[in-house]
This record gives sequence, structure tokens and C-alpha cells, in this order.
Amino acid sequence: MSILVIAEHDNASLKGATLNTVAAAQALGGDIDVLVAGAGCGDAAQAAAKAAGVARVLVADNAAYQHQLAENVALLIAEMGKNYTHILAPATTSGKNTLPRAAALLDVQAISDIVSVESADTFKRPIYAGNVIATVQSSDAVKVITVRGTAFDAVAAEGGSAAVENLDTATDAGISAFIGEELAKSDRPELTAAKVVISGGRGMQNGENFEMLYKVADKLGAAVGASRAAVDAGFVPNDMQVGQTGKIVAPELYIAVGISGAIQHLAGMKDSKVIVAINKDEEAPIFQVADYGLVADLFQAVPELDGKL
Amino acid sequence: MKILVAVKRVVDYNVKVRPKSDGSDVDIANAKMSINPFCEIAVEEAVRLKEKGVASEIIAVSLGSKQSQEQIRTAMALGADRGILVETDSELQPLAVAKCLKALVDKESPDLVILGKQSIDGDNNQTGQMLGALTGMPQGTFASELENADGKVKVTREIDGGLQTVELNLPAIVTTDLRLNEPRYASLPNIMKAKKKPLDTTTPEDLGVDVAPRLQTLKVEPPAERQAGIKVADVAELVEKLKSEAKVI
Repeated sequence: MSILVIAEHDNASLKGATLNTVAAAQALGGDIDVLVAGAGCGDAAQAAAKAAGVARVLVADNAAYQHQLAENVALLIAEMGKNYTHILAPATTSGKNTLPRAAALLDVQAISDIVSVESADTFKRPIYAGNVIATVQSSDAVKVITVRGTAFDAVAAEGGSAAVENLDTATDAGISAFIGEELAKSDRPELTAAKVVISGGRGMQNGENFEMLYKVADKLGAAVGASRAAVDAGFVPNDMQVGQTGKIVAPELYIAVGISGAIQHLAGMKDSKVIVAINKDEEAPIFQVADYGLVADLFQAVPELDGKL
Repeated sequence: MKILVAVKRVVDYNVKVRPKSDGSDVDIANAKMSINPFCEIAVEEAVRLKEKGVASEIIAVSLGSKQSQEQIRTAMALGADRGILVETDSELQPLAVAKCLKALVDKESPDLVILGKQSIDGDNNQTGQMLGALTGMPQGTFASELENADGKVKVTREIDGGLQTVELNLPAIVTTDLRLNEPRYASLPNIMKAKKKPLDTTTPEDLGVDVAPRLQTLKVEPPAERQAGIKVADVAELVEKLKSEAKVI
């Protein structure tokens, strides 16, 4: 078996989700190559070469890949993919954007968001917002897969010494252009990588009240998330959404504040090790999955929690 | 501008789906069915473009059993002008759906194809991207804003770190995220009117598409259940439990 892992990176650094995806590749067994497609992405490539278990890092360093537009990168992946039995990418917005496009170019039915590797062609994946786990078997020659990071323990970021090879292909479809981006700047850890996550829901009432959560987060070294209700209400930006259609998290500790616990939210956090729920409604479904439930007014409980940490 | 919108018939988002006891499939025999929420947002966006005078015609397409006509009628009640059902009782996977849509795109030559980013049953999040590959069109996935500009379309996308804006040549594909718009409710007169709008039926065979599934579902099972834990009396007890029992802080 030969496996191609598509690196998640921002040219300057390798994103943690790549290491979880390499772990899924290891579960398959076989030689693992990592593709770093970007522009001025040497540092990301060097980081990928240090990851445990990687045989080769293939670098496509070209202006066409600077912003990793799906139209251009999918052409590259499809061209390279013919030489592999498996192509894996993290199930991040980047992987979800690009990989299905590459799969269709290869005439392959992609397999989204796998949570376990059963064999070389059989995988488990959640459907219906995580209410059902399906075991699926692929009959395609190449398996094209996105990997749910929380389901695989990341390989070590250091210790590997993969060979780095430059590719001189440039596939520019010329049909799309990057205009700009607004990225949230935060000193807190990334939601999907944080050991502790504290999330607010509709019960927070407004964006200003999230300050209470930020204060607790800073004491715990936590990331701050939100339910869909809080994002839809405009309290906080979309990149904070935890749930079926937002980010999937599985930290050591998840604290849900003023979140009722719709199944779409639970789908994004129920694999957390320890779940705490603070809600004034004792009937809230969040308490059915919480290890520790506190029925209380969050406007009293959260400042008190802040004081006791 | 001509817009093609894809709509899928799915189990209503309020229904909690469970596997059948033999694990062969999900049990949805009597479940309430609805238009996929992301597809509803796609229809609404197309209708708004028509109301702004940008779009001239909206075609709603669905694939699946005869009952999928209901979701096409819903789309027409919201403002789509006509409908096409690609009728089949076969299981349809995203690649097969994309191939059927590609055949319709070849016939209808839309300037814009709007789809939901994922359906809430299979949760695949693939069809729009695959249609992009098959047609050679650019894609603006997970859109939270759509702007028409000089023969191009500007799409703001919800990405993991925040928002990204791309500009796409037309014809283009857009897949919707939750914040793109809030779909309207169909009014009774519009529901009545929708019944008279044209709805054509075709089949994958007519379109020359082999829809045979590439993925076989071997079994379905419920996820590992989480047991409810305990209620704590106050914040002091909570902090104490997290420190000494769970040892996570």
C-alpha cells in the first residue's frame, strides 16, 4: 500500500490536523508520503519531514498553490493520486473543500470524515449528525478519504526525518482567484487542538457576556467555542461554532455554558473526555451527556468559577 | 442569469434517527421527510438573486424517488420557476448525483449552480465539489455571502480560521453554509401556484449516468452511548470534582 497524505498548512507552519491524518494512514499501514502544496511553503514542508512515520515529503511550491484554491490543488492531487492506493486529508474546511473535487477527477466516490480504519477498504464514519455510525466498504481502485482528527491520536511532531522532494508541476486552472481573508487572531489555543474548551450558547444573551468565558478560558489555557444558536444570533464569529456543521472537538474537558444541547451540537463535542454543563434549565438535554451538571444561573456560576480557579 | 438549484429530500432535522435492530440500515420508514436545510438556503439565495434582477430563471432539481417531487414543489413555492426530477429508486451517492447534475448542466447551461454544502443524512459534503470537478467550473463552498460582479461572482466562505473571499469565473458552483440567509416561509398562494409550475421527470439512464454505488454499507450501529453523570450542588463542588475526581484541572 502507498498512501498520500495532504498536509494542512499555512505555508509557514504545519497544522496539527495533519498529524492526526498521518496517524490514520499508519492504521492502514504502508509507505506514507505527505504532499505540501503552497507557495513559499518550505517551513511547512520541513515541519512535515519531522513528523513521525512519514517516508517522503513532496513539495509543490508554486504561486498557483499559494492560497490552496481547490480548483488548482485538486488537479495536482488527481495527477499524483494515480500512483497511490489511498489519499487522505484532514476533514477540515480545507480538506473538505479540495478532496471531493480531486476524487471526482479520479472517478472515485470519496469517503468523508472517517473515525476508524477497519481494513484497507473498510472504514467507519458518522452519519445523521453522529446518531448513527456506518461501516462502509469502497470498491474504488484508489480510496480518497477525509479523516476526523479527534478520532486518531496525533503522531509525534518531532523525531522523523523524511526525505523532502520538490515537484515541478504547476496546475493552474485559472478560473478562480483569492481576494482576501479575515482570520480570527487569538492567543488562545485552537479549538480543535485545545485540551480544554469552554463554549457558550444562546443563554449567554450577547457577545459582551462571552468576556466571562474568555476570563475562565485564560485561567485554564482553554479555547472558547459556541453553539450554532450563539453564532446565528451574532454573539460570536462562525469559526467558533462547535457542532455537526462546525468544528468537531474532543478535549480533555469541555464546559458547556448556557447550551441546551441540540443533537447537532452534541455531534461536535460528545467525544470529549469530561463534559461539564452549566444551565439553569434542569431539563436541558446537555445534562444527559454531562459528567458533571450544575443547574444554576450562568451569570452567577461563571464569575464564581472564575474566582475559584 | 440562469440558476440551477439542487434540493434533496431528507429525514427532517428534528427526527432522531436510529439504526434498525439488525444493523442493516437506518430505520426511517415512517419518519417525517423535508427539504435538506442547506438546500433550502440554496433556494432562498437563488430567489433573492432573482428578486434583485440578477437571475432570470431558477430551475430546481432533485434526484431520488417519486416522492422527491414534494421537495421540488417546496422549492417552487419559495420561488423556483420550474423543476426537474431525476427519478430513481437506487441508492445515490455523491459522485452519482454529481454526474447526473453534470448531465443537466450540459443541457441547461446555467450560469450558477447553488447547492447545500452537505445533506444532513449522509453528511458527506461532496456533491458541489464533485460537480465542480466534472464540469470544470470553479467552486465557492461553505458560502456565507454571495455577490455578483461583472461576469464573476464573489463568494465569502466560512473556513476554520474565519472567513475567506474568492472570486470565481462564471459559470460557477456555490455551496451554502448556515449564515448565507434565512429562508422565507412559503405563502399559501405561492404553494398553490407552485402546483401549476412545470415539473419534468427524467432518469439517470436517460442522462446516460451509471449510478451504481461505489461504497457498500456493511452495517450501521448506534454510537457509543455516554452515560449521564451526576449533578453537583454548587460551583465549589464542581471545582472540587474536576480537581480530585476527574483530575482535568
